Formats: sequence, structure tokens, C-alpha cells
Amino acid sequence: MEALQNYLSSLPGACAQGMIWGIMAIGVYITYKILDIADLTVDGSICTGAAVCAMMMTMGAPLPVAMICAFIAGMLAGAITGFFHTFMGIPAILSGILTQLILWSVNLKIMGIARDASSAANIALSARNFDLCVNMMEMHKSLVVLEIFAVVLIAVLYWFFGTEYGSTLRATGANPAMSRAQGISTSKSKVVGLVLSNGIVALAGSLLAQYQGNADINMGKGAIVIGLAAVIIGEALFGWLSRNNFALKLISVVLGGIVYFIVYSTVIYIGLDTNYLKMLSAIVVALFLAVPYWKKKYLSNTNSIEKKEAKALLKAQQKEAKKKGEQ
Amino acid sequence: MLELINVCKTFNPGTINAKKALKGINLRLNPGDFVTVIGGNGAGKSTMLNAVAGVFPIDSGEIIIDAEHVEHLPEHKHAKFIGRVFQDPMTGTAATMEIQENLAIAARRGERRTFKWGISSKEKKHYRELLATLELGLEDRMTAKVGLLSGGQRQALTLLMATLKQPKILLLDEHTAALDPKTAAKVLELSDKLIAENNLTAMMVTHNMKDAIEHGNRLIMMNNGNIIYDVSGEEKKNLTVEALIAKFSESSGQEFANDRALLT
Repeated sequence: MEALQNYLSSLPGACAQGMIWGIMAIGVYITYKILDIADLTVDGSICTGAAVCAMMMTMGAPLPVAMICAFIAGMLAGAITGFFHTFMGIPAILSGILTQLILWSVNLKIMGIARDASSAANIALSARNFDLCVNMMEMHKSLVVLEIFAVVLIAVLYWFFGTEYGSTLRATGANPAMSRAQGISTSKSKVVGLVLSNGIVALAGSLLAQYQGNADINMGKGAIVIGLAAVIIGEALFGWLSRNNFALKLISVVLGGIVYFIVYSTVIYIGLDTNYLKMLSAIVVALFLAVPYWKKKYLSNTNSIEKKEAKALLKAQQKEAKKKGEQ
Repeated sequence: MLELINVCKTFNPGTINAKKALKGINLRLNPGDFVTVIGGNGAGKSTMLNAVAGVFPIDSGEIIIDAEHVEHLPEHKHAKFIGRVFQDPMTGTAATMEIQENLAIAARRGERRTFKWGISSKEKKHYRELLATLELGLEDRMTAKVGLLSGGQRQALTLLMATLKQPKILLLDEHTAALDPKTAAKVLELSDKLIAENNLTAMMVTHNMKDAIEHGNRLIMMNNGNIIYDVSGEEKKNLTVEALIAKFSESSGQEFANDRALLT
């Protein structure tokens, strides 16, 4: 009975965490779904956002300034990955991993500033000492704030990707050859996408630091997997709702994040060893990523236009042959 | 309109796979020229078109479009001058975007992309009229994803996109090769129509000799990275497939070899 009580009382927290990671997953969506790049920078940039926010607050900066700086720091991280990828010709995945490694050092240094030390692996950001917009103590307020964040972010992105400029990013991901033939610099689009994506991820990092009351060098470990899980779960569960509407697609990403953390809480309630959680997430994501490949391989073109056309053509030919035979 | 001066390109230089694809191409297109390009396997037809489009940097030589040197510009900056249709119908359009979105992107080729909304209602009306002229029923499917269209439909759409913003040069790289004969004939007819209506300067690579003779006002034949035959006007109109093949043997000293060439 008590366990159930604990489980139920953990649900609002799961929602809050899910929304923070859902916002982070919107960043992942931009690179993974729109630009068709698997960007591993996020494992580092989420911590960068947290570290910058916590450090600035500790140094006495107001919250909005700290969060804007976190956003900018994330954008810089994305710019580094973009630079590696487009200017230095390094494959996108490797570029992200390199930046991630750079950020490991940078994050330690950023947190060191707050402690007046050469480096620090974590710094506290307690709601007792600071005026935070989300924290575990005020769950109701936190949920409302996160909702507003998600809605505003989705609205801004809906606008951005609907503009002439935003369309070039979508085109770049959809067909780079076509994009260049239409005068779009695909390199520039990719850099802009990476910058925007990591800015959002870092912003989510600043929210996460406030929520859990600290910034920690390890907080980004496996972030890309959680982000992908949110994107994939959102698509699988709510894809039928969102079909062609971009805003609904982004909403389903956030919902995907919430579902992920509710499942997470449930699994803990059931009594599974929590050490297995990262493994399970990775396996689930791997399976979902395999689905399109398997579909292609084993159900090749069952419903494609080409196959239908081929069938129709074959039928027509058979008919003609039959006619000739009769004559 | 377009001038190629001594354009050279070698792929994989310094390796055993080194391939001299263009060996000093000189070509000058006058405004309104519609040139068909034929040649054997590896003659350099597509390479020449891709050089003009800026897909790769050329090794030496000059490319001048509308009195502007472009040989040092990246591919997306060539796009300001050039409309392109590719052999693969998948290449010219973005499958996951709507028909009207594809058109809207093409309508802004070579222009600064701003933070204005990507497509206006005035545009939509214009696109609907244009699509209706294709007679493929696409005008009623403007918000459908391009991935749902057939190869022929996509190629027709790509043609429309390539000519939507009047290009200085239209490059057609075997753009009917992947289509069935009936659809290919339709797309070719549409190409003729768009080129005539907009008074475009165009180059069309084809492996169909009959098409090469019947379309355009000028024909060039390539072999081994060189232009070996350049004919226009009355002389071109009176060409036959047999005469072309004879011309090829005469100019190159080889049999005409193109495993996809259609000789009738």
C-alpha cells in the first residue's frame, strides 16, 4: 500500500522530469528528424546548460540572465560541432563525440568558477537559496512553468520552420542535392540547425539543474538516448494524431518524454533494479530504430506506388498477350 | 549566355583510378540555344553538366554564365543561374515536403531567404494554375507529400521547379531515362513546351539519338572528354540516326558504344 502511495506521489515528478526531457528532445528532433543528423553533442551540451545556469546564479546573476546564457552556451557548443562537420569534413556522429569530449573539460571548468576552484564536478542550485522557476518543492508551479516553456518553444519553432529560412533547414534534411540545386547552402543550414538544437538542449539543462537542485558533470550521460526515446515514443503513440502538423509533432515529442518518465517510475515501483534502466532504454530505442529498416527489408514496397504500378502494368501485358492468343 | 573555356576535370587524380573526364572543353551557347548532348559511355556528358552546375570544382578552365565567372563558386551559388532536372526522379524534389513547399523553395532560388512565411496565398494560387497545365491532377494535391508521387509526376514537378524562376541555363541530365517510354515522351514534350514558352537556353543529355535529333536547335556529340561534333541549324534538322553513328565512327575512329543508347 505504501509503495503504491509512493508511486502515485512520484507521478507529478515524473511529469515534470518528462517535460524537461521532452523540451530537450525537441532539440534532438531538430537534428535527428529534420536535419537527418545523429548529434551526440547533446550529452555534453545539456550539462553545459546546467553548469552555466548554476554557475551564473551562484555568482549572483538573475535567473532569466542565467538561462539566456545557458541557451547561448549551448548554441556555441552546437556551432563547434557544426564547424567540425561542415568546415573540417568530419562525419556528424564523430563531430558530436569530439565536441562532447571538449565539453566535459569545459563543464568542469565552468562549475569550477562557481566554487572558486580550478574545476568542480558539481555545484548546488537549491531552491532554498535561489529564486528558481522550477523545483521539486513547488511541483504545481513547476508543472505550469514547464508547460508555458514547452508551448512558447513549440510556437516559436512552428513559426521558424514555416518561414522561408526555416524551410531551407527542412529541405536540407529532406534532400541535400535538391537543396543545393535550389541555391541553399546545406552546410550553413546544418550549422544553424545544430546551433538551434543545442541551444534548446542547454536550456533544458538549465531547467533540469533547477529541478534536481544541482548541476553535475554526469547529468548528460546517455541524454541522446533519452531524447531519441522521447522522439520515438511520441511518434509511435501520438503519430496518428499529428500526421502532417509540425506543432502537433513537437507536442508528441514532449508527451513522449512524459510517457518515458512515467514508465520509468512504474518500473521502479514494480521493483526492477534501477541499474538496468539505462540498458533497457537503449534496447527499446535500438528496437524502435530498427523498425524502419526491418520494414524495408522484409515488407519491401508492399504498398508503394511503384509496386502497384508494376502490378497494373503486368496485368495489362497479360491481358494483351491473352487477346493476341485468342486472335 | 554560357561559355566554357578549356574546362578540364580529372577524377581520382594520382591514383590508378584516375579518369580524365573532361579534356579541355570549349563551348559557347547563345541565348535561346537548346542543345542536345549525346555520346558513348563515359564520354563526359554528365560531367560537363555537373561542372556547369558546380557540383565539383574544375581543375582548370573558365565557366562564364551571363558574363559572370562562376568556376570558383560553390554549387549552391551556381543555382542562382541554373535550373536542373536529374536522371533520378528522387533527386530533384524533397520527398517529405509538400508539393507546394517544394515549389515555394524553387521560387526563391538565388534569392535571400527571409523570415517571412515560406509560402503566400498568392503563390499558392499561382502554383495551382501552373500545376493544372501539367494535366496530372497535381493542382488538387498541393499539400500532398512529394514522396507519394510517381516518378513521372516527380520529374514533371522538378521541371516546373527548375523553370519557375527563369534560369539563365536549364540543365537536363538524362531526365527521361528512368521513366517508361510513354511517360518519358510526355516529360520530353513538357520540357519542349517550357523551354519554348520561357525562351530558355538549355542543354539536354540524352541517350536516345532520335530525341537528340528531334529536339533543340543544336546537337553536340562527346567522346572521351572532348566535344567531337557540333551541329546546328538546317544541317542538324536533316540529321539521321545512321548519319550520326557514321559521324561518330569517323570522328572518333571507334564504334559507337553506349549500352543504353536507343538508336531508333
